[in-house]
Amino acid sequence: MQNKLHFINILGQGSGAHRKEDPDSFEYTLPAEITSIYPLTATEKLYQIQIIDPAQRNRFSFQPGQFVMLELPGIGEAPFSISSSPVRHGDLELCIRAVGNFTNFLNRVERGARVGISGPFGTSFPLEKMQGNDILLIGGGLGIVPLRSPLLAVLENRSRYGRVDIMYGAKSPAELLFTYQYEEWKRFDINLGITVDKADKSWKGRTGLITELLRERIAQASSLRENTYAIVCGPPVMFHFVCKMLTEAGLPMQKMFVSLERRMHCGRGKCCRCNIGSTYTCLDGPVFDYWSVMNLKEAI
Amino acid sequence: MIFKVFKKQELARLYELLAVNVIVGPVSRGNDRNGNPLYDFDVVYDFDELALDYTQTVHSPKRFVLPYQETLATFTTSPGGWEKHVDLNVYRPLVFFGMHACDINALNKLDLVLAQSTYPNPYYMGKRKNLFIIGIDCTPEPQCFCRSMGTDSAIHGFDLFLTDLGGKYFTEILTATAFDLLSEIKCTDPSSKELALYKHTAKEKSKRYTATVDTSDLTKILDLEFESKAWDAWGDKCLSCGTCANVCPTCYCYGVEEHVDLDLQHASKTKFLHSCNLIDFAKVAGGHNFRPTSASRLKYRYYHKHRGFVEAFEESLCVGCGRCGTACLADITPPEVIASVRGKE
Repeated sequence: MQNKLHFINILGQGSGAHRKEDPDSFEYTLPAEITSIYPLTATEKLYQIQIIDPAQRNRFSFQPGQFVMLELPGIGEAPFSISSSPVRHGDLELCIRAVGNFTNFLNRVERGARVGISGPFGTSFPLEKMQGNDILLIGGGLGIVPLRSPLLAVLENRSRYGRVDIMYGAKSPAELLFTYQYEEWKRFDINLGITVDKADKSWKGRTGLITELLRERIAQASSLRENTYAIVCGPPVMFHFVCKMLTEAGLPMQKMFVSLERRMHCGRGKCCRCNIGSTYTCLDGPVFDYWSVMNLKEAI
Repeated sequence: MIFKVFKKQELARLYELLAVNVIVGPVSRGNDRNGNPLYDFDVVYDFDELALDYTQTVHSPKRFVLPYQETLATFTTSPGGWEKHVDLNVYRPLVFFGMHACDINALNKLDLVLAQSTYPNPYYMGKRKNLFIIGIDCTPEPQCFCRSMGTDSAIHGFDLFLTDLGGKYFTEILTATAFDLLSEIKCTDPSSKELALYKHTAKEKSKRYTATVDTSDLTKILDLEFESKAWDAWGDKCLSCGTCANVCPTCYCYGVEEHVDLDLQHASKTKFLHSCNLIDFAKVAGGHNFRPTSASRLKYRYYHKHRGFVEAFEESLCVGCGRCGTACLADITPPEVIASVRGKE
């Protein structure tokens, strides 16, 4: 029997601290609770999700732009951008559209439901670097969701940034998200431009493409080459036109950041589903500077 | 590295010494429709079941470290909430008796992304670390282009490696466990004649490769030829069936599904190996598919293996075993695809 091979227990080598390099962290989810649900439109809701253990909640720290994996046992696990401010730690807000199997189930879940959170994952918007500069936040449709976290972080430290412009476009007034917060945001000395593709009878705002808003903003400055950063998020077609306009206006590619969407099953660079060429959207993204995106085949 | 030589009949003794463990090795699986022998890896219970002179197994050894289907976690639900239970599904060490160099190198490549990167995958690592691997030399088959990929010999990732020198095995020993094991059978240090024979055997083997892939500047070529019409032609042939990924020793993509038990109190989370050629690979909720065409998916497969992985780990994710080309129902082989993308007929 002496040649019975020694069994190696890899979990015995882990620290038990659930750091990302520990093998035992891979399927570890933080128990969390949905503390409130606000319907925003017919299909989107804002879920407030709190990590139950107070110590874990305080230790949970993320940067704007990162995402979490949300798990419902037996239903699935899916990635969602964090929409809340990083100062709130493990008191998260996720804005989710009911569109697939997981999110349609979530749509029926009630307050108090237990969920699992893992993460945060991925790269973030470099807000530190952006301090002292003007900031353009450009979102189309659901693209406003990942923009809300950097926006709130900027508003909390408003004096550290120059001029802040938000440009937000949606298909119709009924699809606009976070409408209840617009007045609050404006109090922080920001320029909020909102446009819809198709107006309804009650709509008094602008109609047209987001590129129109951007064209007006660009016309107000001689060049975007100095002191400006942009964060862009929206459908692939919007990236194409907006990033092109910004580049033509002189904004350097490494000062323009985008957040990309891809299918993800693990969030940890293992399932390959989010791969773009050589890059994992979950590890090297979802936030990329425009130079990296230009360098990636089939990114946008 | 330490080298030893032992007589062929000692191999059965080596098997018996290891037989207290679960042993996996190449076994015969009848013939294909052209009458050629088929082999696969499976658990063996007797030394005579082993087909050590096998040509190539249909499937790679990956299912022993990356099962096609694996339960990642189970859940128990109660009115107040739920609990998650994680089991890595590693129960015992496994002896792999007779693995070719390409497959050893495939595991080494999988280690780079699954065990040595951020967020190591414990399901893989647990199984991988509990493998005792006895490698064995091979005769190049017509589909083998491992030499082009630099994976025709293994320099790490095994315990013992055997080379057939006629009546004897020339043995490379990499681990202390393997060294101790060999001390229990009759083996000797190689004589100068045996060393010369070993070198001669290696040289003769290298002459027998017929398939080649030109890998020079391949990462750049794949970027330059990203819009090449050649991809569309291969895309038209490709059935998007995923067979290539199924037999590939290095394809590790997967999807996760969760299921609720009939009692509504238990649930499970299961991983299924996937393939980037399957139509829903990059399709997101809401219906947008980032790779809707067969050509874009086939191109991505080559791009990931020969461009993306090289950028991340300085080596290709292909070991040149040629299994994908052999198994492909549309006769698509990597040497042909890469040559056509390069513009060579």
